[in-house]
Amino acid sequence: MNQRQIWLTLATLALFAAVPPLTVVFDQPFYMDVVARIMILAIAAVSLDLILGYGGMVSFGHAAYMGVGAYAVGILSYYGIDNGFLQIPLAMGASALIGLIFGAMSLRTSGVYFIMITLAFAQMLYFLAVSLEEFGGDDGMSAMRSEFAGLLDLNDPLQFYYLIFVCLALILLFLHRLVLSRFGMVIRASRGNERRMQALGFPTYRYKLAAFTIAATLCGLSGALFANLNEFVSPDAMQWTHSGEIMIMVIMGGMGTLIGPVLGAAAFLLLEENLPEWMELIMTNAGEHWAIVMGPILIAIVLFGRGGIHALFARRGGGSHG
Amino acid sequence: MDPLLLLEQAFNGLQFGVMLFLIAAGLTLVFGIMDLVNLAHGALVMIGAYLATTLVAWTDSFILGMILALPATFAVGALVEIVALRTLYRRDHLDQVLATFGLILFFNEVVRIIWGPISLYSGLPDYLSGHVEIIPGAPYPVFRLLIIAVGLAVAAVIYFIVAHTRLGMLIRAGASNNEMVGALGVNIKTLFTFVFALGAVFAGLAGMMLGPLTSVEPGMGEPLLILAFVVIIIGGIGSIRGAFIAAIIVGMSDTMGRVLLPVLLRAFVSDAAADTAGPALASMLIYILMAAILVVRPRGLFPARTG
Repeated sequence: MNQRQIWLTLATLALFAAVPPLTVVFDQPFYMDVVARIMILAIAAVSLDLILGYGGMVSFGHAAYMGVGAYAVGILSYYGIDNGFLQIPLAMGASALIGLIFGAMSLRTSGVYFIMITLAFAQMLYFLAVSLEEFGGDDGMSAMRSEFAGLLDLNDPLQFYYLIFVCLALILLFLHRLVLSRFGMVIRASRGNERRMQALGFPTYRYKLAAFTIAATLCGLSGALFANLNEFVSPDAMQWTHSGEIMIMVIMGGMGTLIGPVLGAAAFLLLEENLPEWMELIMTNAGEHWAIVMGPILIAIVLFGRGGIHALFARRGGGSHG
Repeated sequence: MDPLLLLEQAFNGLQFGVMLFLIAAGLTLVFGIMDLVNLAHGALVMIGAYLATTLVAWTDSFILGMILALPATFAVGALVEIVALRTLYRRDHLDQVLATFGLILFFNEVVRIIWGPISLYSGLPDYLSGHVEIIPGAPYPVFRLLIIAVGLAVAAVIYFIVAHTRLGMLIRAGASNNEMVGALGVNIKTLFTFVFALGAVFAGLAGMMLGPLTSVEPGMGEPLLILAFVVIIIGGIGSIRGAFIAAIIVGMSDTMGRVLLPVLLRAFVSDAAADTAGPALASMLIYILMAAILVVRPRGLFPARTG
């Protein structure tokens, strides 16, 4: 990671930190909720980027781990366990376990098989959630906000916002250290030439599986926060389209960088939020058909937007590439 | 358990299997030859269903409408290939996944604008809505039998094309080395367009036959697309034979699992637990099956490509 990326990361985090006072100044309290959502999805996107951008593993089922984290909170809350100090570690632990199992099986394959098998496993969890009538089935279930023994009150939007902010900042710091560590170098080198790494004596399967599990764990945290934000959990969080959206955030922002997915999450959600309104300006009632513009935008980004938003700021490209 | 019910479910499983084969056939051909992961294949199922419903209403004839819908789907497929997908062949799989994901959003919205967001229900003509007794005492819907017959017939046609015609020879050659085929003077661009449009017709045909069974609505092809992925992973990507066998396996085990698992579980756990766990387990069955097969054979049952 070069100097420029570090400054860009710090600037973005500073901007996020300044959002609550800014929403007061401009009298737009609604945007605090939007940015909280952006940061939660940024955690999911940056965790995906660890395996997608740095590890070259095209996982198309990342929303599953968000769903596992969210359902862990929902199910614990259903049985009256509201303690966040219990809920959050259990949510991350459950995601880690599922990630370990799915990863162990998926990583036996590669290329397009890997894309499809991760997609299929995520879809399996989706159908499992749909068939669990006890936990709301298709309709989903409501979840109480986690309690933190009086230390933190998530019903206070400001405290909740900064909890998410701290989680995101810590995860970025952790991943920054991880990517530059020996472990991170093995992961990045395996993307470049796995056979050579094996010839050098690295058990690349185990390294990749560890990275896959770490990504699932972090994504589980994002899911747990998501359940708290919405006070609601539903199978939709695990839908394959949601996995696709997280992937798009990574590509939009710039994969193989840490700040890219964060910017991508922001761009995607702001576009989703505002595109209907912009389309209404051009034609009345056009807003409901926003997907007809969103689709071609995605295609254009894939075809022409190498490096994503991140490349606009850091022209030299990500330090991890090449 | 009632053996007649079991027989009926076996037929349903077979019908579901041939339906999956129609979708998976195009997907696996397109991947095998063009090396393209096409998520928008499910959208072609949907477009086929919509075109058929509209044409049946226009011509006021079920058979004529269905037959006219086939070339219409072929045209849509060829158009999509020429306009959007051609540029993607040289890109990596990640780009293809994302771009075709964008195409899905686009198609679902186009359909919503043209035909409206409400589900369409296309009825069946009288001569297809009845039942026949396959064996005495077991009436079975005529239309579902027709689906099985059409599916098996198409499978035979695909087998004939791929194994015994010049086009099939080019398809097989293209799957092993398409640059070489191009260098030998074959117009690879036209071949690609043709193969893609052919896959679109099969997918569209599946959608047309699905229409009267369920409802025609935006996004109807996507759950099937993921099942088709499972089919081609199990069968081995690029292999038509693998796709056929895997489609029947998946169709059968999904249908039979939903009937048999709750009954089987009741033998081991309490009725209430079996009623909860049965459906949950049944909905996961084919994915567990896929995982088990991949543990033994990471490239599927009949891997067509090497390297």
